[in-house]
Amino acid sequence: MPPKSDLPQGTLDLLILKTVAMGPVHGYAIGQRLQQVSRDVVQVPQGSLYPALHRLETRGYLAADWKLTETGREAKFYHLTRKGRVQLETEAESWKRLAEAVGLILQVPEGAAE
Amino acid sequence: MSRWRHLWFRSRSEQQLEKELQFHLELHAEELVARGYEPEEARRLARLELGGPEQVKEACRDSRGTRWLEDFVQDLKYAVRGLRRQPAFSTVALLTLALGIGAATVMFTIVNGVLLKPLAYPQPDRLAALQEQTQFSTRFGNRWAFAYPNFLDVQRASQSLEMAAWRFSGGTFGSRGDAEYVSARQISAGLFAVLHLTPALGRDFLPSEDARGAAAAVILGQGFWHRRFGADPAILGTSILFEGKPHTVVGIAPIGFRLDDEAVDVYTPLGQSTEPVMSIRGAHPGINVIARLREGASLAQAQAELSLIGSQLARQYPDSNKERSFVAEPLKPQVDDVRSTLWLLLGAAGILLLIACANVASLLLVRAVARERELAMRVALGAGRARLIRQCLTESAVLGLAGGLSGVLLAAFGVRPFLYFWPGSMPRVDEIRLDWRVVLAAVGVSLACGFLFGLMPALRAPSRGLDRSLRAGGRTLSGASRRVHGGFVIVQLALAVVLLVSAGMLGRTLLRLSALDPGLNIRNVLVTRMALSPTAVTEPAKMRSNWRDVLDRARQVPGVEAVSLVDTVPMREGNNQLGYAATPGVTAPNDLNLALATSVTPDYLNVMGIALRAGRFFTEEDRLDSAPVIVIDEVMAQRAFRGQEAVGRHLWIPDMSASALLVVGVVSHVRHWGPAIDDQASVRAQFYYPFAQVPDRLVRRWSELMSVAVRTNRPPMSVVEPLTNAVRGSTGDQVLYEIRTMEQLATSMLARQRFLLFLFGLFAGLALLLACIGIYGVMAYLTGRRVPEFGVRIAMGATAADLLRLVLRQGFGMIAAGVVLGLAAAWGAMRLLQHLVDGVQRTEPATLLAMTGLLVAAALFATYVPARRASRIDPVGALRQE
Repeated sequence: MPPKSDLPQGTLDLLILKTVAMGPVHGYAIGQRLQQVSRDVVQVPQGSLYPALHRLETRGYLAADWKLTETGREAKFYHLTRKGRVQLETEAESWKRLAEAVGLILQVPEGAAE
Repeated sequence: MSRWRHLWFRSRSEQQLEKELQFHLELHAEELVARGYEPEEARRLARLELGGPEQVKEACRDSRGTRWLEDFVQDLKYAVRGLRRQPAFSTVALLTLALGIGAATVMFTIVNGVLLKPLAYPQPDRLAALQEQTQFSTRFGNRWAFAYPNFLDVQRASQSLEMAAWRFSGGTFGSRGDAEYVSARQISAGLFAVLHLTPALGRDFLPSEDARGAAAAVILGQGFWHRRFGADPAILGTSILFEGKPHTVVGIAPIGFRLDDEAVDVYTPLGQSTEPVMSIRGAHPGINVIARLREGASLAQAQAELSLIGSQLARQYPDSNKERSFVAEPLKPQVDDVRSTLWLLLGAAGILLLIACANVASLLLVRAVARERELAMRVALGAGRARLIRQCLTESAVLGLAGGLSGVLLAAFGVRPFLYFWPGSMPRVDEIRLDWRVVLAAVGVSLACGFLFGLMPALRAPSRGLDRSLRAGGRTLSGASRRVHGGFVIVQLALAVVLLVSAGMLGRTLLRLSALDPGLNIRNVLVTRMALSPTAVTEPAKMRSNWRDVLDRARQVPGVEAVSLVDTVPMREGNNQLGYAATPGVTAPNDLNLALATSVTPDYLNVMGIALRAGRFFTEEDRLDSAPVIVIDEVMAQRAFRGQEAVGRHLWIPDMSASALLVVGVVSHVRHWGPAIDDQASVRAQFYYPFAQVPDRLVRRWSELMSVAVRTNRPPMSVVEPLTNAVRGSTGDQVLYEIRTMEQLATSMLARQRFLLFLFGLFAGLALLLACIGIYGVMAYLTGRRVPEFGVRIAMGATAADLLRLVLRQGFGMIAAGVVLGLAAAWGAMRLLQHLVDGVQRTEPATLLAMTGLLVAAALFATYVPARRASRIDPVGALRQE
């Protein structure tokens, strides 16, 4: 297993927004899904997940309802707001551009920059 | 209380946060159990992975927007509880602050009312004061009061200014029996309109009344109307007797109206004045001119227009108006006399406040060190460092605000006594009150103080080395902490030195000035201004005979030893400066030497107790028809004749006479300007001339100026009543006013110095007390923490004397540093005092030494008490404390 790397600054919000975009989900599940989707490459410290969720909720990107889970327990389910969806799109777009730019630079053979 | 509790208890979002995290932990634990962990172990792992639940909660709260408000309320509650838990600490801190802020607020209330507030007229920023300005300057400068004819011309020509004028006067109101001298102003029609005021009753003077020959009319001042007429509105339209003539009352001045900061009794129309000087453009006593900018006009426009009018008048009247123009300046309150005194006192109060802050800061610091364990515990429970700092600052801000409120309360009661003790009259006294500006400033200062003294303890909030402070059990004391404590003590002592040295300087100055010989015997002398009967001032012979009658009758009053008339009394307001020359011939006015001229009757020397040095003083033989004579003082004799015999020589004084004046005597110098400034006064030479030789054309003017001076063989105030009755005259309407003893006048000369000394002494005493409390508190605390160490030292063989020396040395180090720093600052304070207070001389080492000695002694005593306690420690008990 490759060593887990830290999450780049600012990407946690983007990942949470993307995860929540797939449908209403509670905090624990968001953590689990992030872990699975990123195939254990990215380490999401659980301690920073909840402050991030509350921050996004305060900013109006997420909204939350208390609902029952399949096992009949009450949990706080987050879903994306309209504002959150716009934010997700812009952030995903800028992330892609950044990734492409970094990719381009990395593809240039060494010495070619001369 | 329930509201507090509600805010204090967990809000809904807090419960939900708890529930959300709980749900997370449960789910995680279940999953781990499914993977085969023991339930107990699963729960532990789940908690471990999430991180400390309190820390996570703190982070979540931080990411919510309303966080600061919740925290603030929580901090506030915590602070109040903390203060109530330690009543002794809170009381001392609150009292200290209330004192500091109270003193500063009293001073600021007065500075605000007197120096900072705009004039109490509507739209004061549109008002201007007008003056004449010449292209040449004399030693009086190049600004002059307006000539009445110039005022009329400018008023007529100006488009941008609405103008009005007024002039000092005064006179006898009423007749036989109830006659009294009242203050009066001659005002132009429309004065109230220019100020945007309307009379309380009746009307302003009409333009037609403001002219020579019009029917005599008066407007009464509010105070006078209440005092003499019981505020009866029916007085309007009736006739009153003023200056022996009936005047119709046409109006009552607005409530609270003050002209040039004086509540005047009677106003008469300026244009009705029959005095000849009113029609002269050249040499004239001048009138005051004020103006309001008309709608849309600016001061610059008005100024340009005035220059234009000035040059037109200069062409029209070249004799008087050549090189003469007019200037407008924003109208300002006349407060120059008190400005420096008030700022000085505000500065002293500010220093006291700083000392109070330093004192509270060191108290808080002591408390903060004692609370280190508590703060460490809070960090362990999830509080961030910023959060702790904020909480500490909230605590000190609460303390500061509480102190500030007590201070404002103190100030509300303190302002009136302060004004009561103020020497002389305070300008704009009606405008001194606690208003929103003062309260705002006090609250601002309180918060700033809270921040100032709270910052140091707050920054001590632990961040790292948590375990160390927990383990140390709150007993260690790092070197840095000791230095901070010492720093506060040093600052307090240094500031106290500044106040003490200033008070010492003022005290020394007062002692020195009081010991100076004023040049006359001030005991048992009464001086009072006097108004002759209005019926007598018509012709010179009548006036002269009335004055002779006054002297004769006054001499008969039991207890009176000698009586004299005098125009300008030493140490009282008013003087007459004339140029003199020892050789005849034309001399430009500026090049003449100036001397103080005093017109007197023959008994003046006996009344004032002035020594005759050579020749003779005046006699009844010096009359209008005999040779004009003068008597000069030693200073003038020295200046005019270079120490040669003066008696029998001649002097030329162009303003008095074209011919030579014979010097018949030399008398001792009188400190006319008062002890503080007479030595540095620019005009010190004095000469006397007989009232009997004042020419007929000037007798009326001189009669207005004359005072009666009386030497008594009993307390002078006791002859006031018989004297008043004796000089009333055959018509019964001659009155005395402004009755003073020479002792009162001499005292008033040093009143400012005395008042400053009193307050600086008070502030310095308080500063000394606070500084001693400060050093005592810190030393007691520092030694208290070293008890175990002392126990060890005793066990190792140290004697009580060794320990005493140890602690005293530590205290002495702080004291020495404070004194050195304080003396450096005091040097600046002394320079300032020397500059602002008359009579303060350069550094006096004895004063410096005495005041610092006082401080060192007091501070050492404050150190000695805890040091002695430390030296008597029971070593066994001390070691057991460990």
